[in-house]
Amino acid sequence: MTPGVLDTLKERLAGEVADASVSHGMLVLVLAPADLLGIVQRLESEFRFDLFLDVTAVDWPGQTPRFEVVYHFYSTAHRIRVRLKTRVPEADPAVESLVPLYGSAHYMERECHDMYGIVFRGNPDLRPILLYEGFVGHPLRKDYPKRQEQPLVPYRS
Amino acid sequence: MRARTIPIPPAPSSALEYLTTKKDELVGWARKFSLFPYPFVTACCAMEFMAVSSTPYDTDRFGAALPRFSPRQSDLLMVVGTLTHKQAPILRKVYEQMCEPKWVMAFGACATSGGFYQNYAAVAGIDKIIPVDIYVPGCPPRPETVIDGIMKLQDMIARSRHPIFTEEF
Repeated sequence: MTPGVLDTLKERLAGEVADASVSHGMLVLVLAPADLLGIVQRLESEFRFDLFLDVTAVDWPGQTPRFEVVYHFYSTAHRIRVRLKTRVPEADPAVESLVPLYGSAHYMERECHDMYGIVFRGNPDLRPILLYEGFVGHPLRKDYPKRQEQPLVPYRS
Repeated sequence: MRARTIPIPPAPSSALEYLTTKKDELVGWARKFSLFPYPFVTACCAMEFMAVSSTPYDTDRFGAALPRFSPRQSDLLMVVGTLTHKQAPILRKVYEQMCEPKWVMAFGACATSGGFYQNYAAVAGIDKIIPVDIYVPGCPPRPETVIDGIMKLQDMIARSRHPIFTEEF
């Protein structure tokens, strides 16, 4: 953990994002979906965030925009983490894919697409990875019924 | 030249030269001591399965020590751990590949009833997919519980009928 690097990063990026803060030793950037690819590109090339840790989403029912897509990156050179948050609406839950920048984004975006139905524009293969073909809906959305099962094998009666 | 005959020794007069029993009891006795388990291991119960398979618990006492990793060579399907909907077709296929006679043990809370999972992913008990003969409770079950389950299954096998010719034969 290098607080100096973190503050420098925050200062240099603060003008380009909607909000920048430090939470639990991690830089948190809130930005518009359109700015995502540009910021990630800068993080990767200028600030050496070479490890893409995860992409997931948060469903905020009742809020607009409803979904918050959350990214985590790690810099093995500076040993700091950064979290990116961007909101997408329910009608068009789409963000740009990070596959051109990070190969590992491929599978993680497929998982996020499975669970939340976020569409990653540019990901060449958004087939189900943890779920199975024919599964209807997205189970980690808050409006998915908690006990709804979609069996692949007919139950014994 | 005269053919020579080998003399048959006279029958000894000692006891236990002949045994009379019922066919089902004999076959049941043989089958209950030759359970070849197929471990269908999916989750954390595997740790307890390893423990129960290890030397201190010695399941060879019950003739159930040699796991066969082909369902065609085994007659006890041990479903160890949570079954997901995505895996259910595989379990069904494994079960259908086993030859008769076959028995199924639901090992642990998840295989028995789904355990604490009630969601989109988990099957609430493998008996929704295949018939189950013995349920072993616990999360995970202690090795003693598993041995108790094996012994109860043995009793069940010894008591049940063992038809040599079935309708499908």
